[in-house]
Formats: sequence, C-alpha cells, structure tokens
Amino acid sequence: MGGEAHHGKRRGNFIQRTIDALTETLERSLYAEQFSEQRGLLQQLDPRVKFVSMLGLIITAAAARHVWVVAAVALCALFFAFISRIPIIKSFGPIWLGMFIFSGLIAFPAIFITPGPTLATVPWLQWNVSAYGLQSAVFLLLRSEVSITLSFLLIMTTPWMHVLKSMRVIGIPTLVVVILGMTYRYIFLMLQSASDMFEARQSRMIGKLPDKEARRLAAATVGVLLSKSFQLGNDVFLAMQSRGYRGEVYTLDEFALRRSDYVAIPFMLLIVCTGLWFGLQ
Amino acid sequence: MLGHNLAKGFIPYWAANPDQPGAEVFNHTAKVVCSRQLTTSPWPNTTIALYAAAAPFWYIAGKRIKKMLSMRMVPLLSVFAAFSFIIMMFNLPLPGGTTGHATGAAIAAIVLGPWGSILAVSIALAIQAIFFGDGGILAIGANSFNIAVVGSFVAIWVYNAVAGKSALTASRRVIAAGLAGYLSINAAAFVTALQFGVQPMWFTDANGAPLYAPYGLDVAIPAMMIGHIGIAGLAEMFITAGVVAYLQRSDVALLSLTAQKDAESKVDGTWAGTRRLWVMIALMMVLSPLGLLAAGTAWGEWGAEEFADPAARQAITEASLGATPPVDSTPEGLLTLGSWFEAPIPDYAVPFISNEVVGYIFSAVMGTGLVMLCFLLYGAIADRFRNNNGATN
Repeated sequence: MGGEAHHGKRRGNFIQRTIDALTETLERSLYAEQFSEQRGLLQQLDPRVKFVSMLGLIITAAAARHVWVVAAVALCALFFAFISRIPIIKSFGPIWLGMFIFSGLIAFPAIFITPGPTLATVPWLQWNVSAYGLQSAVFLLLRSEVSITLSFLLIMTTPWMHVLKSMRVIGIPTLVVVILGMTYRYIFLMLQSASDMFEARQSRMIGKLPDKEARRLAAATVGVLLSKSFQLGNDVFLAMQSRGYRGEVYTLDEFALRRSDYVAIPFMLLIVCTGLWFGLQ
Repeated sequence: MLGHNLAKGFIPYWAANPDQPGAEVFNHTAKVVCSRQLTTSPWPNTTIALYAAAAPFWYIAGKRIKKMLSMRMVPLLSVFAAFSFIIMMFNLPLPGGTTGHATGAAIAAIVLGPWGSILAVSIALAIQAIFFGDGGILAIGANSFNIAVVGSFVAIWVYNAVAGKSALTASRRVIAAGLAGYLSINAAAFVTALQFGVQPMWFTDANGAPLYAPYGLDVAIPAMMIGHIGIAGLAEMFITAGVVAYLQRSDVALLSLTAQKDAESKVDGTWAGTRRLWVMIALMMVLSPLGLLAAGTAWGEWGAEEFADPAARQAITEASLGATPPVDSTPEGLLTLGSWFEAPIPDYAVPFISNEVVGYIFSAVMGTGLVMLCFLLYGAIADRFRNNNGATN
C-alpha cells in the first residue's frame, strides 16, 4: 500500500502487482530485522525503554504547536539512527519518499486554499501561496515523516517479539500482545500462500486477463484464503490444546534494565519534556 | 472528566480567572478530555482519551468473542487478523482501468459477525501501523473506529437486511454482500471525513493557522467521498460480493455463522425485527441533508417564532393545503412547552459547526449514533440475561 511508489517500474497486470506488493512486504520486514543484531546505541537499550521513548517523541511531535520543535524531534531521530549504525538514506529514503508522495498529495492543495496572508503568487496560474496554508502543509508532512521515522527506528533496532512484549509497559493486555504476535507470524505464512497462488496462476497464463476475470480470480483467492484461515485457526487451536493450552497465556519475561538503560531513561525523559515544554508554549 | 466542548470553554476560563473561588481546585485537578478528534492536549494537566471512541467496542467485542469462541478465539482471531492484513494488499482491477484496495472489513463481518470482525480488523490495522508504517501509530484508535467498528456494523446490518431469510446459496446474498461492502466503506469514509473536517475549526495556533488537518468539512467530505464512492467502494463491493459467491460454491458452511445467529435471534424476536429499521435509519441519516434542499417547511415542525413571522406563516399555509393558521396566535401550548425544552442541539445546528448542511448531517449522525448505542447496550444486557437464564436452566 504505502510503499508502492518505488516499485512502479513493473506496471504489469494485477497478478504481478499483487505479487510485488506481497513480496515487498516480506522484503521490508526482513530488511528491518537485520539491524536489530548490530551493535549500536539503540540496540543496546531495553526494549521497554526504547518503546516508551519513541512513543514519547512521537507524541511530542504530534503535540508541538511550532514547526521548529517538530524539526528538532526529526533531527533527534536522525541522530539516533546515525549512532545506531542504520544507513539513513538507504533505509529511510524509500519510506520518506512514499510518505512524502502520499501526505504531499493531501497537503499540497492546502498551500493555496487555506485562508491566510499571501506570501507569494505562482506566476501564470495566479495562485496565492497562503502563509497559514504553507505552515499547515509543512506541519502535516513533517509530523508524518517524524512519526514514521521514529516507529521504524524502533522496529529496526528491536526484534519484533520484544517490541510486542514491551507494549505491556503501557498497559496493553497480555492477551492482545499474544494475538498481535501470532498474527504477525501468520501474516508471513499467508503472504506466502497468497503469493504462491498468484504465481501458480501467473505461470499458466498467456496474455492479459480481462478485468472481469481478474476480479473473479481475486475474489476466489480471497475465498480460498478465508477457508484456509478457518482450517488453520482450528488446527492451531488443537495443536495448542494438545500441548496443554487451557485458555491462560504466559509469556517469558527476561527483560532487565542495565546500566545503559539507567543513563538513557533520564536522557530521553529530558528530551521529551523539553520538547513538550517548548512545543506547547 | 470532560467532553471536548465543555473542556474548550471550561479549562481556559478557569485558567484565565485564577482569583475566583474554586479556581485553585479546577486548575490543579487532573482532567481527562474524551475526544476522537483531538490528538494532543493544548491544556496543561489534561490527558486526551484519544482511544476513547474505539475502546468500548473493543471491550464488548472481546467479551462477546470470549463467550462465543472461548479458548479458540486466540488462534482464530490471529489467523483472521492476518487474513485481513493480506486482503488490504490485494490490487483489484476496477472498471475503467483503475485499481483499488479493499479493507476486507465487510467480508470479515459477514463471515465472523461484527464483533469478531472488529477485533480482527483492528489488530490488522495495528500491525500495519506498528510494523509497516502504514497509518500512523497515534491514529490506530481513530482508524479502528472508522474502518473496523463503523465498517463492520454497517456491513452486517446491510447484509442481513438485504439477504433476509434467503437460502445460503441464494444470489440475493451476493447482492446483499456487494451492497454491504459498498455502503460500509463509504460510511467509514464519511465518518473519517467528519473527523478531518472538524480539525481546522478546533485546532489552530494563535494566528488562526490550522495545526493539524487543514481542510474544513466543505473540502474534506467531498474529497473523501468522491474517492470512496468511485473507487474504494467498488473495490470493497467486488471483493465482498465475489467472496460470498465463491463461498456459496465451495464452502457454504462459512456463510452459516452469521446467518445462523440471525436465525436464532429470530426465534427470540429481539434483533431480527429491528435490523431493517437500522438500515432505514442509516439511509435516512445519509439522506437527511436532502431535507434542506426540499422546498417549503417541514410540516408540523414549526416553532413559536415561525408562527409570529409573516413569511413563515405563508409557508405554513402552503404546506397545509391552504389552511391558514389562526391570525396572531401562536398555539399557546407551543409557547409554554417550547420554552421548557432546550434541545442539546437546537435546530439541528451544532453550535461549533458553521455550515448548515454539514451541521445537519452531523446532528443526524450523532442522533442516530446515540439511538444505536442505546439499542446496542440494551441488546448486550438482554443477551446477558438470556445467557444467565440458559446457564441456570
């Protein structure tokens, strides 16, 4: 969905495009996972500390009433990425571009149609650039870029199971965390099944499928996936039951704060509080 | 605990008048403001309950599912959430050469029932936001409310109303599914547009420049609706109808879950009779602004002022097929009763919404929402009683 922008070169039929979208999702999360093993600053921290800090920074950026505060949070995020040894352009470039195109489409008209003092006029078209419109467009773009950068920073420096576990710090019930974790696993399984089905069809096909047939194919694929989901859900339940599952959920909790965390906590707290202080003025 | 409107007047007032008695207490007490539209708190000491709108639905859904599926719910919900996630990636060709994505909320609601669908789609949205950066972390609450809650309920209501008691393999069910998909995604889009549209009215900096979404309702509603009526609605329609048609051919049992529940409740007579009503209300809700375009006055909905105003009296006469209201006499009962009752939303014009048409829609939506919530609450309580009775028998 969001990341299709940089994959536009293969304008094939709908089967090819759906396969691309599915594979790209796989690629993206595999790419993200490789950095969590590296030795960098964020990788050293306790997942709970990281989770709360990133959430705090996202909220700071969302709450700020001044563009420069949002920009400062953005710089902070870049700094964290740098000292966590994440290649900034390679990792964030496509994400930023996708976000820029998506949010830009929404934000762009605001520059001209928001009432406010005129900054400049576009030659020939005679459109007035409104100061308030420009400001709100910058806000919208910057906020979404900052938010997505921070959340990817967390995902790239933390194994996803740890991210999920750390969610319990903010009071998300264990059961929800477990369901989220299982869902994440099944997503890969079903991405694979969907991709296999489309590829099998693609390999037996010559020429272009008429739109009507393509829609039938898509609906049938969804239907098969639906039946499979039911089957899988029941199988997994039986498997869990035979291993002693009685409706209660336990997870291993091996998180322990280390010295680096005790340094990081006041530091992050300081950044978030300063940001909120200036942002809400 | 404050609603957004109260908070807007209340908090700045007491902050500005610290000398008045009581101000100390009001200014230093922690306050919770319930709002879907606020994403941040402009006031010190105040927390925004951003997720407040979706939370009760998640809660009830969790309870219901627990009762329905007991231990099976964990793996089943996970698998279905994964399913919803995958559906959102499908690239569906539409007539006219464009492509669209469906949310899968309608088909999930038809197969799983609304409560299961709410949870599965919410989880899929959360994973999209957290792990794949689609949608934004702070927006999970709003997204879930719009797509999962509104989408699932509208879908199941429309589907059951149109499908009725028809056989599981009837082609009427395919049509019902298509309509359910189309209307559910459009209802979700409309609610989302309202949320965007009110933001520039509520969140501006000192100069009046918008802080969040810059577009008012006059831009947000058409911009959202054109895309959804034309593209996203069709995608959802084709997927929902297509999957139901496919399941009719190959796995009819999957369609029986919600249909059976419907049949069961028909015996009790609590839900089935009202389902059609829901859909009619929903349709009237969407059509309510047409009332403003229709000429003349709403017959019988006159206020005391209209009897006093000559032009309005003329309109009343026309609407009453020439029967002129008695000269110089506002009906006395209307005068006394009219002054007793101050509607919370007078004349359907929500105070903070300047545009009349939009205010009308907004009021209709709110009113209907309130009624529906009351009924849902009633249904939940009634169900509980029934289950308790069943357990003791």
